[in-house]
Amino acid sequence: MATFGTLSQRLTDALATLRTKGKLSASDVDSTVREIRRALLEADVSLDVVKSFTSKVRERALADEVNRALNPAQQVVQIVNEELVAILGGEQRRLQFAKQPPTVIMLAGLQGAGKTTLAGKLAKWLRGQGHTPLLVACDLQRPNAVTQLGVVAEQAGAAIYAPHPGNTGDADSKVVGDPVRVAKDGVAEAKAKHHDFVIVDTAGRLGVDQELMKQASSIRKAINPDEVLFVIDAMIGQDAVETAKAFQEGVDFTGVVLTKLDGDARGGAALSIRTVTGKPILFASTGEGLDDFEPFYPDRMASRILDLGDILTLIEQAQQTFDEEEARKVAEKIKKDEFTLDDFLKQLQQLRGAGSIKKMMGMLPGMGKMKEQLDQFDDREIVRTEAIIQSMTPAERENPKILNGSRRLRIAKGSGMTVTDINQLVQRFEQAAKMMKTVARGGVPQVPGMGPVPGMGSHGGKKRTAKKKGGSRSGNPAKRARENAALAAEVKPATQGSGFGLDKKTDAQAAPSEEELTKIASMLKGNRLG
Amino acid sequence: MSETSKSWSLGRAFSNIFGSATKFEEITDETWEDLEAALITADFGPDITDSVIDQLRKDVDRLSITDAAELRSMLRDALEERLAAFDPTLSLKERPAVILVVGVNGVGKTTSIGKLANYLKKFDKKVLLGAADTFRAAAVEQLSTWATRAGVDIVKPEKQGQDPASVAFQTVQKAINDSYDMVLIDTAGRLQTKNALMDELGKIRRVIEKQVPIAEVLLVLDATTGQNGLAQAQAFLEVAGVTGLILTKLDGSAKGGFVLSVQQETGLAIKLVGQGEGIDDLTGFTPHAFARQLVE
Repeated sequence: MATFGTLSQRLTDALATLRTKGKLSASDVDSTVREIRRALLEADVSLDVVKSFTSKVRERALADEVNRALNPAQQVVQIVNEELVAILGGEQRRLQFAKQPPTVIMLAGLQGAGKTTLAGKLAKWLRGQGHTPLLVACDLQRPNAVTQLGVVAEQAGAAIYAPHPGNTGDADSKVVGDPVRVAKDGVAEAKAKHHDFVIVDTAGRLGVDQELMKQASSIRKAINPDEVLFVIDAMIGQDAVETAKAFQEGVDFTGVVLTKLDGDARGGAALSIRTVTGKPILFASTGEGLDDFEPFYPDRMASRILDLGDILTLIEQAQQTFDEEEARKVAEKIKKDEFTLDDFLKQLQQLRGAGSIKKMMGMLPGMGKMKEQLDQFDDREIVRTEAIIQSMTPAERENPKILNGSRRLRIAKGSGMTVTDINQLVQRFEQAAKMMKTVARGGVPQVPGMGPVPGMGSHGGKKRTAKKKGGSRSGNPAKRARENAALAAEVKPATQGSGFGLDKKTDAQAAPSEEELTKIASMLKGNRLG
Repeated sequence: MSETSKSWSLGRAFSNIFGSATKFEEITDETWEDLEAALITADFGPDITDSVIDQLRKDVDRLSITDAAELRSMLRDALEERLAAFDPTLSLKERPAVILVVGVNGVGKTTSIGKLANYLKKFDKKVLLGAADTFRAAAVEQLSTWATRAGVDIVKPEKQGQDPASVAFQTVQKAINDSYDMVLIDTAGRLQTKNALMDELGKIRRVIEKQVPIAEVLLVLDATTGQNGLAQAQAFLEVAGVTGLILTKLDGSAKGGFVLSVQQETGLAIKLVGQGEGIDDLTGFTPHAFARQLVE
């Protein structure tokens, strides 16, 4: 799910009109800025931040540099993107480790922000890196929060220090223990038992609750943590600023964790909090499973807002699950045109291991536009696809071309699907094979409604997919090699990137002419084959 | 602390606009700008803000009002009028009256149920809780703590990770057999974007309806939520047939202005308001008091 879905949709709309124009006038800029302002407000970005943001964008958009440019709309997007990155915090920062273990991490935030769940995720993540975290249960306020942390610790395979049962609602529940003491003892326990990380879960509290804020501050003083993470729900509205300020004064947090990013909340709070407190956002929490947790990348997030997708995150996530050797083999096969339905099935199964396909797709560029279709997309679809492929004979999987009517009928019966489903699958498989072939050659796959990816070009290696990229299926190896080489060459030229994944129409201005393509293609061909 | 956290409140924002009540102050462009800022900051969202301001501008023109202080009472009236357009009373006529409580993660569903159980108990109702949040760690324990506190009975899942619909079914069955007056069913928090989980909610609803009509499906909304609240309400309305809203965490600095657009867009009334972690911190919704709190 595109994290900033709605915001990216709004910006898409705002910029769509701009893209069709050759030059920017002051009134163009003003109307665009108005749209951006509204989009940001609807995304719950704090009013002050919106004001400074839009005025900066307007100022820069009206400057000469834009009007002289070939594609002004692109530059406005870039300005918006740059400003977003600036607000989101520019460089990312890693978790601060203590010189002398244990590293103490304290979690603080409003009720229901997701602190306890996050404690589990953090523990699991640290364990995955070979650390031995200890969870300390200092939320003695909420009924059975301690029990919850216990369950979470077990799931994460981490140790827990919970000397006090907390609020269990018994008759003597009024006697709630002292969280400051628990925190202190917890750190001592970690030292004694040689845990190298301590994660202190605290009770949720409101920014206006002075007494509880004081308590949080006492916990901080008592354990002197290396990191104090402010956990905040991505759905929060304008109050984000007040709450963040209150926690900054109260516990002086060192970093921010944004939770529930798997929802469709626009998450504008991320922009606001970073501006107001100056503290970096360290992690993003993206689901209820303990693995749904990742470092927060401001630059990538900004790109995601602009519907550029989060290809880097996507690749990184996929890499963890995909066996690299396997991936290499598949890539080889794709290149050689030997990609079969069997491989397709394996890929699907691996994808399933990588987590929700939806999540992966949400990170692809242009998906903001496809969000609605994406919402309709059902992970169970994969199970059905599996059933179909598994109902095929090895020969059929090897070569789908032999699938005639009666074979298709048999497969439909075997998998409990209809012949139409089989037809669709075969069609989809062929498309996927084509798409993967493009990727394998270093191109950008052309998904309907999604143009080539802008922004990548600025790093030098811009790749542009030509319209026809099916690759030769010619039986003649020489011919195939020739055609594929031409294809690979076509993918290569570093042209002015068109589109922002926003527009289905070809951008006449940016698309290279046929002539140019041939020229560059022949040039590259020389290099490649020579 | 309270100074800073309250500094943005509408009252404070408006005191800049309206000045003291006794001194006459003219309505200027700046007044309107401040008004817009105040409404946006209270999470009313750009659409409602525009529409409220348009309405007030028209009224000010029509009635040739120049005093900023008068604008303030007009604003309060305008908000109250919009908030009061829906009926906030709970309909609990069925026996047993089944209330299904739904919402996204961490909004305070379980806590609200605990408070509501306590509230209903005070009216000498025989209340039964159903712990159908079988997903989140220790949710069942949390609810049973509230049950103990409120002194009401609870039906728990027989085993870990049991189908929530079956817990709901067993709860309603017990309520019918042992003639309980009220049944409150807790469900797991789910983001409205998760289709599979939303479908599960539809199933819970259908399973209950096979036994008795559902009296109320209450959606819990967190006052700190921003404009996403509307998307939540729309999704839950569609899947679970929500009949009313519970607005929680109003004891913080958030004003929950987004509920107005939720009310207007979905026609769902706010029925209950949560204002703290204590067992008595749940009240009915009164548009007048709410509007006053927003403005003053």
